[in-house]
Amino acid sequence: MTAPLHDTSPDADKAAPADVAADVAKKSVEGRSLRQIAWTRLKRDKLALAGGIVVVFLVLVALFAPLIVSLLGHPPDEFHQDKIDPLFGVAKGLDDSMFAGVSSDFLLGVEPGNGRDVFSRIVYGARISLLVAFLAAVVAVVLGTVLGIVAGYFGGWIDSVISRVMDMLLAFPQLLFIISLVSVLPGDLLGMTGSSVRIFILVMVIGFFGWPYIGRIVRGQTLSLREKEYVEAARSLGAGRAYILFKELLPNLVAPITVYTTLMIPTNILTEAALSFLNAGVKPPTASWGQMLSKAINTYESDPLFMIAPGLAIFITVLAFNLFGDGVRDALDPKGTR
Amino acid sequence: MNPQRSSARIRQVAGAAVVVAALMTTAACGGGGDKGKDGDKSGGKGAGFNAATGDKIANPSTKAGGTLKMISKQDLDSADPQRQYYGMAWDFSRFYSRQLVTYAAKPGNASSELVPDLAKANGKISNGGKTYTYELKDGIAWEDGTPITSKDIKYGISRIWAKEAITGGPTYLKQALDPKGEYQGPYKDKTSDGPKGIETPNDKTIVFNLATPNVDFEQMLAMPAGSPVKKEKDTGAKYQLKPFSSGPYKFESYAPKKSISLVRNDKWKKETDTVRAALPDKITVTINSNMEALDKLLIKGDYDVDMNGTGLTQSGRIEALKKHKDNVDNIQTSFTRYVDMTPVAPLNNVACRKAVVYATDFKSLQEVRGGEEAGGPLATTMLPTTIKGYDDYDPYGVKARGGKPDVAKAKEQLKACNQPDGFSTKISARSNNPGEKETAEALQQSLKAVGIKAEVEVIDGAESQSITGSPKVVKERKIGLIMTGWGPDFPTGQGFSQPLIDGRFIAPTGNYNGSETNDPAINKMFDDALKATDPDKAAEFYKQINHKTADIAAQMPFLYEKNFSWRSSRLTNVYSSTAYNGRYDYASLGVVK
Repeated sequence: MTAPLHDTSPDADKAAPADVAADVAKKSVEGRSLRQIAWTRLKRDKLALAGGIVVVFLVLVALFAPLIVSLLGHPPDEFHQDKIDPLFGVAKGLDDSMFAGVSSDFLLGVEPGNGRDVFSRIVYGARISLLVAFLAAVVAVVLGTVLGIVAGYFGGWIDSVISRVMDMLLAFPQLLFIISLVSVLPGDLLGMTGSSVRIFILVMVIGFFGWPYIGRIVRGQTLSLREKEYVEAARSLGAGRAYILFKELLPNLVAPITVYTTLMIPTNILTEAALSFLNAGVKPPTASWGQMLSKAINTYESDPLFMIAPGLAIFITVLAFNLFGDGVRDALDPKGTR
Repeated sequence: MNPQRSSARIRQVAGAAVVVAALMTTAACGGGGDKGKDGDKSGGKGAGFNAATGDKIANPSTKAGGTLKMISKQDLDSADPQRQYYGMAWDFSRFYSRQLVTYAAKPGNASSELVPDLAKANGKISNGGKTYTYELKDGIAWEDGTPITSKDIKYGISRIWAKEAITGGPTYLKQALDPKGEYQGPYKDKTSDGPKGIETPNDKTIVFNLATPNVDFEQMLAMPAGSPVKKEKDTGAKYQLKPFSSGPYKFESYAPKKSISLVRNDKWKKETDTVRAALPDKITVTINSNMEALDKLLIKGDYDVDMNGTGLTQSGRIEALKKHKDNVDNIQTSFTRYVDMTPVAPLNNVACRKAVVYATDFKSLQEVRGGEEAGGPLATTMLPTTIKGYDDYDPYGVKARGGKPDVAKAKEQLKACNQPDGFSTKISARSNNPGEKETAEALQQSLKAVGIKAEVEVIDGAESQSITGSPKVVKERKIGLIMTGWGPDFPTGQGFSQPLIDGRFIAPTGNYNGSETNDPAINKMFDDALKATDPDKAAEFYKQINHKTADIAAQMPFLYEKNFSWRSSRLTNVYSSTAYNGRYDYASLGVVK
């Protein structure tokens, strides 16, 4: 907090006459930093706050998945075929009630065919969704920020090249590309095996196709910021390019970058779910929401709960991130009315 | 704070949630909305559960007339008899193409018997099993009324050689008659009149001279590839759009991937054909690639039978069994579900392969695929029960344990294989093959118990020929276990086992000998079987091959596949034919109205 200059006494507020107090209060509003304003705005936005709480909850669920599952479920890969009617391939007794497989033992019922605990798989599925979405966002942000700043600051042919690359990537059919990439790439890569290879590929590819969105915003902002007086001043004082880029420009880009990162995560979650749905996601038996949905298609009529569970999980997660991201944007928006 | 704005957002979100919920409810209603009124169009009850399985015929009838309405998730691979390889296409082509010999119109295993069709009698075999001679019947005619001659049959068969235009069909006849491939096919070679191995001394006689004896040669002639084609009517690659009929029906219209319509061929004479009942006046096929929707249409009574004949989907099965059990047959197919064990280390060691067999929970694999009925009975050897040479050989005691794993023995084998703590490998499963991924996961789960870490690799089914069908790629990708299934081209040990286990059939792509077994003893037994003078003697060799294959654990069969097939209440004369992998014999079907 930037302290008002003439506010020397801690008791100034209480002791001062009414008009002085009003004056001081006005000064202290003017003196709040952007972060504080944003935080105050965010706190007032009930929807964003609710979204934020759900997001924190989901992150905790993902982090403590093994603990939660050991308390409330079964290992996510464990078969419970005794719960399944093999002829129909779904939980016994689904004729009478769509919640037939649900019990205190299996909170969300059992998976058709093999009887795995749906609750455990939803909880573990959160890990994959969030991990891929977060890491892909990090990749996109790093690439987008660096290339966007460079394009915006240097302009000329560098800008042209980077901008055309961004145009190209935005026009690229990324789903098709990833599906074919997954079938072409070997199962083992750089010493990794199994699902970690797939997670790595998903992160890299989703991140790689995501950076132009951030890159464009950063480039645009940089274009206007580089003409500002303080940049001019730094330049005339003999500051190096790197100093100007990362010490002068970057701190002023934090707001738009934060906004687009929070809004990019739900998109990434949906992309990961879509890819898993199309069998290009993590490998079995690793649990993922998209794969659960894809399997649920076979049995949605007799076992609707198995489709609803992962569907709702994706829906709630994406909604929470979007509401939170919206709130962050409103809060950071310098033109905001609040 | 701006309360109006915040509450407006809450209202927007609430509104959006209502819309989403409404959409979901609508979709759910669309799925199950027709409950209670289905089955009305079919006009009556089905003939009973399993009324057309085994040796039974559901609604036997000789009453002609009506339209047989078939539906299928996919079109014929081709309507050209020499280009067909799908089992359902072979079954369907009985409507419009005839061969010298064909499979008997009898239910169950009796259908595997070869009976004369265009020929007066089965082939006269001479010259130590290398020469087959046939006399043609009188009165056999094309759809334009001209007689079918031995030259037409020779011409039809000679098209198999023309690989530039006639692609896709089996090449067994070419292998048997001209293994070196000297003949170039009728389109390139205009001077000679067909391959040297076929002679037509007159219009009623045809003689085949084989390079080496083959006890199953008549099975090859019975495939649609052995059908006659009239030279003047041959349009090469386009022939499949309107094949010229030699059977009881001819093409009225054919829109590939959409529909087929056949009408009676009035030049076909019933007295020349002991096989085809030819009951309906018309046959229509509608293609609908949505398998769930297809099942619903069948159950509703809009169609009579699924031409593709691979059984109801999981959701269709549930609805059909619950509400219309009398229209359902639980059919035993000639399909074996199995796992190929490739030479990727350490599975090149027989003890490691045996460890996999002992560690596998067969019961779990079976239940994932639908249990005893929807999946099928447990398999202990590769040969299907319907093929001569099958016996209940069970060297690993799988059935005695009720399909449960034997962890102690598995660990013992792991020690013998120098992998006491288990090993890592990969299981491939095809994405477009229902249940294959789930079965692979079940196998993965049971192998985990003995320390074998298997990674499930889901591969694109359309590319399996170049992935699991390529020994080089299998090695590169380190795929140790290939989840797959196999049905015979023709119901003998040669037709089933040879492509899978004869070392001379290992191919760089499109390889089906996934275990890459090249055992001189097995190869020799195939040679001996082919030279056998009758199928029963050959079956003795196939039995030995089957035992030997099990002993070396080259493959791990686990299921003799069964499926649930829908038979509309209108259908008459329905039975399952072993010769067509358990499908109904389409040429015998009739309809009530």
